[in-house]
Amino acid sequence: MVINMSHKFYGGVHPSGFKSLTCNKGIKAFIPKRVVIPLSQHVGAPAQPLVKTGDVVRAGEVIGRASAFISSPVHASISGKVAKIAYCQTPVSARVLAVTIESDEEGRDFEITERKDAVSLPGEEILDIIKESGIVGLGGAAFPTHVKLSPPKGKSIDAVILNCAECEPYLTCDQRLIVENPQEVLKGLGVIVKVLGVNKAYIAIEDNKPEAIRAMESALIRDKGQGSRGKGQGSWAKIVVLKTKYPQGAEKQLIKAVLNRVVPAGGLPMDVGCIVQNVGTAFAVYEAVYLGKPLIERVITITGPCVKEPMNVRVRIGTLLSDLVDFFGGFIKEPKKVIFGGPKMGVAQYTLDVPIIKGSSGVLFFSQEDVRAQKEGPCIRCGKCIEICPMRLAPTSIMNRVKKEDVLESREFGILHCFECGACAYICPAKIPLLDYMKLGKARLDVNKANI
Amino acid sequence: MNGQFTVSIGPHIKAKDSTAGIMWAVVFSLIFTGGAGVFIFGFHSLFIIVVSVISAVLTEAVILALRKQEITIRDGSAVLTGLLLAYNLPPQIPLWLPAAGSFFAIAVGKQVFGGLGHNIFNPALAGRAFLMVSWPVYMTTWQNPRWFPDGISTATPLAALKEVSGGALAFGSRITNPNYLDLFLGNRGGCIGEVCVAALLVGAAFLFWKRYITWHIPLTYIVTVAFLSWVFNGRAGFFTGDALFFTLSGGLILGAFFMATDYVTGPIYPNGKIIFGIGCGLLTFVIRRFAGYPEGVSYAILIMNGAVPVIDRFTRPKWFGWVNAGRVREGR
Repeated sequence: MVINMSHKFYGGVHPSGFKSLTCNKGIKAFIPKRVVIPLSQHVGAPAQPLVKTGDVVRAGEVIGRASAFISSPVHASISGKVAKIAYCQTPVSARVLAVTIESDEEGRDFEITERKDAVSLPGEEILDIIKESGIVGLGGAAFPTHVKLSPPKGKSIDAVILNCAECEPYLTCDQRLIVENPQEVLKGLGVIVKVLGVNKAYIAIEDNKPEAIRAMESALIRDKGQGSRGKGQGSWAKIVVLKTKYPQGAEKQLIKAVLNRVVPAGGLPMDVGCIVQNVGTAFAVYEAVYLGKPLIERVITITGPCVKEPMNVRVRIGTLLSDLVDFFGGFIKEPKKVIFGGPKMGVAQYTLDVPIIKGSSGVLFFSQEDVRAQKEGPCIRCGKCIEICPMRLAPTSIMNRVKKEDVLESREFGILHCFECGACAYICPAKIPLLDYMKLGKARLDVNKANI
Repeated sequence: MNGQFTVSIGPHIKAKDSTAGIMWAVVFSLIFTGGAGVFIFGFHSLFIIVVSVISAVLTEAVILALRKQEITIRDGSAVLTGLLLAYNLPPQIPLWLPAAGSFFAIAVGKQVFGGLGHNIFNPALAGRAFLMVSWPVYMTTWQNPRWFPDGISTATPLAALKEVSGGALAFGSRITNPNYLDLFLGNRGGCIGEVCVAALLVGAAFLFWKRYITWHIPLTYIVTVAFLSWVFNGRAGFFTGDALFFTLSGGLILGAFFMATDYVTGPIYPNGKIIFGIGCGLLTFVIRRFAGYPEGVSYAILIMNGAVPVIDRFTRPKWFGWVNAGRVREGR
């Protein structure tokens, strides 16, 4: 049932993990007194507000309606009164309409209504539940899950990969979720498999998470007996143990590592018959389908050398980071950099007054000594960036084109295929911020689109 | 606390390796062969090395100051150039020669092009070529190891071979025609840093272990020279050449592991490195076999340095998922 022989993807780097800060601690829960819930936490059209200032809402109630196919509804994550509806900043964008809810102190929380017949529901109905529950990809990209689960006609899907690579250093929320709720994650995966009508699922876990592998293994064995997808279908899921390497969790690299399939450049996983789903997403699907619970909370990792008590915590969507500070005990060193996401692809914040949203997998606090900027030197053409680029691009060559403002040639060198994993800037001995140049080049390409 | 956070684009962590770290690691890897050279040829070689390094560092500092640039002599790149130049010099030359060579190497070989990362030709080899054309007599007078009866004015194994001409080489005379073990340990005439192959390999192994060099250039370079020597350099016709002799003698090992692999002046893409290595091997063989000089490693590398922009142009890799003739490829 466990496959150790995974394939390889090209390139990649091996940063230190720092996962032991949090990987052996149980997930705690935190319910804030107020939340600021942005109406756009996903890829696609923002949700339309359904409430106005002064309305009383219950946790789990829809407060924003999906306004298009590629969009997702937003739910109240605590019960209380709508204090205001105003623009706020989110961890990933500067100006988004958000609903602020203040708790009414009555302690009314979301009530679970278990669905006994969940296993036998038809696929379309399940898809509807997933859509109405506001589920988006919880790995970070926040792409609406119901869209991903409705491949266009003509694309045949034969495999689902559950992404438990968690290749970003420091983050352990996916790992903890598997260790603590393997049965539930597996049930969520079962639902996804059923919606897509496929009969193969691969649970891809990196080999630096042995505890998660063991937990998943015993869950699979138990599942064989109970048969969450009906009797006699015990062997529908396999665990694939991957050799730890960054960026293993990137879709195209993961598909190569698990199935040895190459997604064409500019294409999507469904072009090679795959759908990749994150662990957190599978768990959210379980909660939505089996428990009738919309996506109002998620597990995030609060960690970094500054944090007094690094932890994984289940927080309500919209919890302000500043409200969470006391819960993790404050800081032992003054934080100088606050990063939403992992240390590789995460987004640095300039304030703590930002809400935790559906796509937030962790918050990192770095001190002065961790952020000491290193001086950029000249490229010595060592070729390390070319050696490790998982897309087989030549970052330093692209950088030279971007510096020369040679937009056309940078595209010829494949700048658009860069998915911004940052491995090149990580490895560069001259400390050149290569990712900055990639982003700059793409922006220039956008600006010049009309002229090309 | 607000308003004091640093904001930047990721990645927010960086690998430990730095340009200076790599340069000093290469310097470290070269200490073994330098030590062997000093042991074999005596203290004068140590003075040559010291003068060469000091001259290189001083030149770099002065020119950077004149260019109003930050003085980055601590990054080890000038030290490395001075060291490599010294290793490519005969062991008994007067001390003003390495001083002049290092000045040329840094001033004309490197800083004229814009400093670190911008030079086209390997600075140390440019310095050596400059000394070779300016003071050929000094540069082609060799010294035997200290313990040999006749000290000065011997010939290197390759030069001896050239004089005999036609590739006919009689082993046996210990002074000019060493055996394989002597070649391997450095018991022969030659440049300070090139004679002790054993020490060179120790340094090269260190660089491989640190992953600072890859197999592409050294392997293709050495295999090409060995193969061509085997085919064409034999006394008894084709396919009778002594490949091992031609690999171990001269500066091939020093050149293949430490100079052809120079990042700045070599190709950047893996496929290009293979072409570069084969090209260096081919030119080294041609110069050794047909040209006026007994040894061709430094000129071969310099000529291939000039070809690097062209090599890079035609060996650019294709990305993951590249679609060619209807098939999706992993890359090229």
